[in-house]
Amino acid sequence: MIETRGLRKSFVSRQGREKKKVEAVRGVDLTVAEGEIFGFLGPNGAGKTTTLRMLATLIVPDDGTATIAGADLRADPGEVRRRIGYVAQGGSTWDDSTAREELVLQSRLYGASKGDALARAARVLEGFQLSEYADRKCKTYSGGQRRRVDIALGIIHEPKVVFLDEPTTGLDPQSRAHMWDEIRRLRAEGMTVFITTHYLDEADALCDRISIMDNGEIVASGTPAELKREISGDVVRVGLPVDAVPAAVEALSSYKIEKYEDNVRLYVEDGAVAIPQILRALDAAGVPLGTIELHRPSLDDVFLTKTGRSLRES
Amino acid sequence: MKLLRDTSLIFNRQMQLLLRNPVWILVGVFQPVMYLLLFAPLLKPALQVPTNAEAYEIFVPGLLVLLAIFGGLFQGFGLIAELRAGVIERSRVTPVSRLALLLGRSLRDVVSLIAQAVIITLLALVFDLRVFLPNLLLAYLMLALISLMTSAVSYGVALVVKSEDALAPLMNTVAQPVLLLSGILLPLTYAPGWLQGVADWNPFSWAVNGTRALFRGDLGAPDVWQGLLIMAVLAVLAVAWAAREFARSVR
Ligand SMILES: Nc1ncnc2c1ncn2[C@@H]1O[C@H](COP(=O)(O)OP(=O)(O)O)[C@@H](O)[C@H]1O
Ligand SMILES: [Mg+2]
Repeated sequence: MIETRGLRKSFVSRQGREKKKVEAVRGVDLTVAEGEIFGFLGPNGAGKTTTLRMLATLIVPDDGTATIAGADLRADPGEVRRRIGYVAQGGSTWDDSTAREELVLQSRLYGASKGDALARAARVLEGFQLSEYADRKCKTYSGGQRRRVDIALGIIHEPKVVFLDEPTTGLDPQSRAHMWDEIRRLRAEGMTVFITTHYLDEADALCDRISIMDNGEIVASGTPAELKREISGDVVRVGLPVDAVPAAVEALSSYKIEKYEDNVRLYVEDGAVAIPQILRALDAAGVPLGTIELHRPSLDDVFLTKTGRSLRES
Repeated sequence: MKLLRDTSLIFNRQMQLLLRNPVWILVGVFQPVMYLLLFAPLLKPALQVPTNAEAYEIFVPGLLVLLAIFGGLFQGFGLIAELRAGVIERSRVTPVSRLALLLGRSLRDVVSLIAQAVIITLLALVFDLRVFLPNLLLAYLMLALISLMTSAVSYGVALVVKSEDALAPLMNTVAQPVLLLSGILLPLTYAPGWLQGVADWNPFSWAVNGTRALFRGDLGAPDVWQGLLIMAVLAVLAVAWAAREFARSVR
């Protein structure tokens, strides 16, 4: 459904007199299958939005090719526009318009007749449980309601592919869960959904497949389960008093270890075997122990092994 | 035709939002009326003309051109608010004509300017202004072209600078000399020669002269077709440039 090769984009930004070149996206190859929820996971500034804006025809790539829903991005951006929906990170509704007005206009901009647009708007409002507020001004909506209007605007013309840029950022946990259900519903209706997120749990729970992006490049791709399986073994997390961390790192230097403010993480073959050895080593070095936990690698551990940084901290 | 259809969609939405905003009606209608009422007592002596009617023939066209220029130049602020809300980006991912995104908005500005102009003209009739209807319609055409041009320029600049902080000083810098050197409020008949020479390079000064000729009833004056032609050419250029900015603007 989406296929890209070597997509690139850099921006020139001015800082005072100096011109600085930012390579926002440096050669992105990806393949998204029909009917899946595909996720772009990465920290702020990774280049997720820039990639999406290129795929949505809003900015022209410096280099590379892409085919979206059968249309070529460079040769026929007009056709791409007709086949996709795009929901920007920052929202898209006007304070003084109502959801229904926005939806009718959007539908008509895609070519629907007035009657057809009204019918579509009513149907979409119903689907997103917005009918009750449909004729109130957008500025009166809650964050979650307004975000649902944004998504409704992005799919009113029944596109084959919809791009959702950070659809749940800034929402409270309940609205987030609600939004996940909406996104799954779109997939059930046959749409291919491409979302970006910097939430690990969202990528893990919602996406069929993900690509992890950092610094303009894709560093890993696969299903969340595959990615986690790539990291063999277990993760042992040892909680410590803050000032004991250096001593612990020294005592455990024979392990593959990552240091955090009040804990260290060890990547081991078999946690059940390693834990007693770890405890002995710490005891021998006289390091006071807080807690010790064994867990399966998370997407954060995947991110860490690929980039050397934790996504939580970047 | 797609362009017409898209333009009317954008125009209708913009009109609807405009009419929903009572502040606009207050500012848009009362401000020019105040101009007219406050200046009225000063006009006859200041312009050294024998009758009120003649004073208004000079002053009203100037006031209308002034409103067209300023009304247009400051429309960019609304667009920056729309950019920030994401409305423009949302439109740009649809197949809507980019020219329509501009024209729909600029035509709303033209319509609201003409509405103001009609109110002012009617009021001036009360003060003994007399103007022949076909001439008046031509004068409105001139105003429409001015406001189409200035609003397109303002939208184009707004898309380039993307912030109110940059737009405000820029538009003021353009507007002040244009205003002072066009003889808009008072004709430059009594100005020194060099000033008149400078004004000749100001396109708005041609527009004002043309509009004044029309209000005078002098349809045959070369000022009329010259003013209309200059404004038409500039309006086309401004629209073409601003539409291109709509097509390629980032964010
Ligand atoms: N219009 C722009 N002009 C200059 N720099 C930009 C622009 N858009 C994005 N960038 C830069 O490109 C990088 C990637 O940004 P973005 O794609 O928004 O990342 P993400 O969506 O993953 O947070 C950042 O360093 C950002 O500052
Ligand atoms: Mg982003």
